[in-house]
Amino acid sequence: MPNRTFFWFILPAMTAMILLIALPIVSVLIQSVHIQHEQVLVTSESCDPFGCTQVTSIDTEATAKLRAEKPLGRFIGLDTYTDRAHLAIDEVSKAWSSSDSMGAFLKRVLNLPLYKALAFTITYTVFVTPLVILLGLAVAVGVNNLPKIIKGPTVFISLLPMIITPLVGSIILFWMVDGDGIIGAMLQRIFEDNSLSLKASPRLTWIMLIVYGVWHHLPFSFIVFYAGLQTVSEDTMEAAMIDGASSWQRMIHVVVPHLMPLVIFLLLIQLMDNFRVFEPIIGFSAEAHATSLSWIIFNALRESGSPLFSSAGATSMITIVGVVILLVPLLVHTYRGYNKKTN
Amino acid sequence: MTPKAKLRITPLFVISAMLVALWLFLASFPFLWTLWGSFKVQADFFSKADWRNALSGVNTIAQTGSAYTGTGYFGAWIQEEFWKPVTNSSIVIFFTVIISLTIGTLGGYALARSGRRYAFWILMAALVFRAMPHITLVSGYLLPFFEWNIWGLMPTTIIVLVAINQPFTLWMLHSFFLNIPKDMDESAMVDGCTRFQAFWHVIIPVMWPGVITTGLFSFLLAYNDFAVTSMLLSQENETMIPAIAGFLGTVQVEGNVMFAVAAVVSATVPLLFLVMFFQKQIVSGLTTGAVKG
Repeated sequence: MPNRTFFWFILPAMTAMILLIALPIVSVLIQSVHIQHEQVLVTSESCDPFGCTQVTSIDTEATAKLRAEKPLGRFIGLDTYTDRAHLAIDEVSKAWSSSDSMGAFLKRVLNLPLYKALAFTITYTVFVTPLVILLGLAVAVGVNNLPKIIKGPTVFISLLPMIITPLVGSIILFWMVDGDGIIGAMLQRIFEDNSLSLKASPRLTWIMLIVYGVWHHLPFSFIVFYAGLQTVSEDTMEAAMIDGASSWQRMIHVVVPHLMPLVIFLLLIQLMDNFRVFEPIIGFSAEAHATSLSWIIFNALRESGSPLFSSAGATSMITIVGVVILLVPLLVHTYRGYNKKTN
Repeated sequence: MTPKAKLRITPLFVISAMLVALWLFLASFPFLWTLWGSFKVQADFFSKADWRNALSGVNTIAQTGSAYTGTGYFGAWIQEEFWKPVTNSSIVIFFTVIISLTIGTLGGYALARSGRRYAFWILMAALVFRAMPHITLVSGYLLPFFEWNIWGLMPTTIIVLVAINQPFTLWMLHSFFLNIPKDMDESAMVDGCTRFQAFWHVIIPVMWPGVITTGLFSFLLAYNDFAVTSMLLSQENETMIPAIAGFLGTVQVEGNVMFAVAAVVSATVPLLFLVMFFQKQIVSGLTTGAVKG
């Protein structure tokens, strides 16, 4: 296809992506190195019979005018990145020098908002990703062995947790595990503890969110593995059976190696998706014990009256760096696949 | 393998069948439970005393005289005016899907037929764009949108959702067009068509399966979005999912949790029908990226 034709065909899609994905990233970067103007102070002298005193007061009008004229604020460089709410360089180094053990150091660092969010995000990713892949494979193998007639309805039901709006799905589960909900009330009965609440303890909150994550993402890995299972060569399976391999051995030595590329694909996609965890925290109202990077940005923008653009920008940049790191293997994977195809 | 060999009952088979049964229960029960409970009163759906109350509806009978009640739905749709966000959602979703598919089809077709190296790099860039968390992009939109006075409007949100949708749409449609033989449009061009005429007369008639599959995923993205719509739409243009999030705060205080339950069920039902009718397309769409490489 000539370059000219290509250009006209791709133009609308490219314009949309450049204007609304690439430029906003630049805008986020610019916001993160600026901060809202400080309040304008005026010093006036007030005199009374006993002498004159200097009075400093806030000039609300001038402040509002300045802020309206220059909503971006003034340039402050990387200060937002290093302050307490973000990378907290000072606090971390102080904690490092004053803590006598690694545990004490971590405990102090994990109280800082960004590291707290990072701790949950990483824990969530590390647990959800492998569980989704393993359980998805197990379910796919199970469904594959079922009689044909019930496969269709099985796939239908299996798709539901993934298709459901993440926020709505987490609200539905939240109502069930709530103190008065069916699961919550049952747990209280089992442990004979009427105050037992999954919301109250950080550990239970994390477990709840991880369970939700597995529930929500399992269908994707199930469908991918299920499709992969349809392509397992029957000849190889039969040959293995004739050689006396049990069904378990066939599974480990024939099926799993055949599905390995899919495992890698899922691993890369899941790592990225789970790193962005956001909606369940809102749905489960879990922000007291579990926050994520995306939630911090959302919260900064939600700040009533004046969104904290600078803070949201800095956290966004940190998130983007994290995503890009997780993305590199996927890009390499795609690049290799492309070169294999074209050569 | 013969079907007989497949159905042989081994311990492994029993375990895996049980696992599937457990999964099916976990996948469906929350939906059935909430759907059933949405026709009860709060004292039944959130029954600390006995979960069976929700099944029989003891309190529902006591309070309303019947085992089923539509008060939750009435409260949500009429009293809390849930129909407004639903209308807004329909508008946003409709235009997002139509615009996404139109420009995505053109772009995906070009990427599939170009064969040049830069087409591949555009796809790589799209992959990076797709990985960006939506909320990070939103933090970049707000300030300029406030400045230009386009914050809160539906068209703005539609265009944003279209853009966020593009990377995925381009990838899907590009791999779909790769599967349509090149000879088809090239022979039309040999006969004197321009590239666009070949696309219009030869490709469009055969592209619908791929477009429908891609359209489903665009629909789901627009339908399920929370980050973009909750931050970019003003109160009167609010869509369904942010409205539900808003419900949680307000109706819980007033003790009308059942309104929120009814709204949640109302937002879930269209998705159930979607999966029911388009199961094949959804499955094929989910696996294109993975299985074909």
